[in-house]
Amino acid sequence: MRAVTLQLAIIVGYLLLALAVGLVAYRLTERTAEDFYLASRTLGTVVLLFTTFATLLSAFTFFAGPTIAYAQGPEWILVMGLMDGIIFAVLWYVIGYKQWLLGQQYGYVTLGEMLGDRFGSRWLRGLVAAISLLWLFPYVMLQQVGAGTALEALTDGAVSYELGAGLITVFMILYVVAAGMRGVAWTDTLQGVFMLVTTWVALLWVLAAVGGPGAATAALTSNPETAAFLSLGSSYYTPQWILSTAITIGFGVAMFPQVNQRFLAAGSKTVLKRSFALWPILCVLLFVPSFLLGAWAAGLEVAIPEGANVLPLILDAYTPTWFAALVIAGAMAAMMSSSDSMLLSGSSYFTRDLYRPFVDRTLSDSREGLLARGGVVVFATAAFFASLFQPATLFDLGNAAFSGFAQFALPVMLALYWRKITRAGITAGILASQGFYVASLFVAAVPGSYAGWSAGLVGMGLGLLITVAVSLVTSPAADEQRAIYFDGLGAD
Amino acid sequence: MRRTELVFWIAVAVILAGLTVPWFLWGSATVVAGLPVWLWWHVGWMGLASIVFWIFAQRAWGIGIESASDSGSRDEGLGRPDRTRETRPGGDSP
Repeated sequence: MRAVTLQLAIIVGYLLLALAVGLVAYRLTERTAEDFYLASRTLGTVVLLFTTFATLLSAFTFFAGPTIAYAQGPEWILVMGLMDGIIFAVLWYVIGYKQWLLGQQYGYVTLGEMLGDRFGSRWLRGLVAAISLLWLFPYVMLQQVGAGTALEALTDGAVSYELGAGLITVFMILYVVAAGMRGVAWTDTLQGVFMLVTTWVALLWVLAAVGGPGAATAALTSNPETAAFLSLGSSYYTPQWILSTAITIGFGVAMFPQVNQRFLAAGSKTVLKRSFALWPILCVLLFVPSFLLGAWAAGLEVAIPEGANVLPLILDAYTPTWFAALVIAGAMAAMMSSSDSMLLSGSSYFTRDLYRPFVDRTLSDSREGLLARGGVVVFATAAFFASLFQPATLFDLGNAAFSGFAQFALPVMLALYWRKITRAGITAGILASQGFYVASLFVAAVPGSYAGWSAGLVGMGLGLLITVAVSLVTSPAADEQRAIYFDGLGAD
Repeated sequence: MRRTELVFWIAVAVILAGLTVPWFLWGSATVVAGLPVWLWWHVGWMGLASIVFWIFAQRAWGIGIESASDSGSRDEGLGRPDRTRETRPGGDSP
């Protein structure tokens, strides 16, 4: 029982610290919608880098990811490196920098707003927001499921799943509502640094206990069941699977509302440049230790029951209780830093792209701020209630959301770089690829895999083709502003 | 000139992405210093990618995005969002 008290004290202490940071940020917050959503576009390198990084990392990095590495081998590190370290970094420039310039010039706050302006269509704007919310909601729920499960496992059931998920939800609502983007970005920075440090300490601690990486790897090779883990590739990690996963998730990340919105929140060009160059290193620093721990656990004598998460169990076996609790707090941080940003972005998509254009066009700035805060509370509470029913596994849900967002990426890139794209083209491209991908998930007649390539990737190709084809055969609508993404952009 | 440079950087990006996974080590299980060789390759490659990205940011940042035609005229446009747009969101044209 004393162990449980200690664990709870550490986790609650950590949550209070995050709340305190949020409250400090609150004192700097102005009462405008732009400040609430984007911290008035003033984020510096460290804060932007860590807030985006912490936002990208979810429960997956600590729970589902190492658990897959435990079952299938450590190749996930390569997938993560390719998707987040390279593909996302390139998109950081290709999509992010251009969006940042457009945001500076025209004051855009959301992706839908940017597209709606270019294509002269509030329906397109609403469509992008509505589809985004459709994918965002299960992903927020997924984070709450992760938090509840982790707290329940850590405390041996003393804190129930419902209580754990509820606790996290309440803390997030508190600091997101109070401090908006600035609060989220600051707490994310704290959480990102904390995750990085605890993961490395965990790795070193376990390695010290088992006799170094050589011994841990030797334990893997000597066991016939896991001897094939170290050879690159397997029937699970096929080239098609690795590429499909890395490409869909990498592109999906750039279209995730909370990440996409960060493209608009950077303080300066220098901030974007520095963050861009640091991406690959940061990915290696975090994913290598967390996934290796998972893979090495397969060779160590730690009993992992079916369906349980590997990381908490291995920490339990090799490190003191307080440290295991600290890492779980770090994992909690990963979930919160993803969810808090998603709540904020989800609420901005709702108020700016759905409520304002379709319900009340005369919404004042201060009322919008209020509505946005209300949106955060409703969104978080609804996701919490959904998390009580746990409709599917962590990984399936997460992967579906990433691929869902990935369907936006190519039509948006065409809009940013191809002058001939038309409103009809982009609308058809978005509807077709989203429709196809959703059908691949829920309609038995539409398969989820095509000669090893995922439906998410096939859907992206379909969206690209249809956007181009329809754009070529249609002429632009009268109120499209075809030049605003090109003329006089950002040369200094 | 600018076009050749753009093609060069696109090729660099494709190569960086293409060899993040060391396909030529497919099936290899050789272990060096406690870790598989393919993992060492990946770690080194990501370090290289970081350096290349840094060089790109110093030398070619803006390529393919910024329009070269009106250098120097948009300084006031940056850092000051156009507020008039905000009160009249996109799609509401008369």
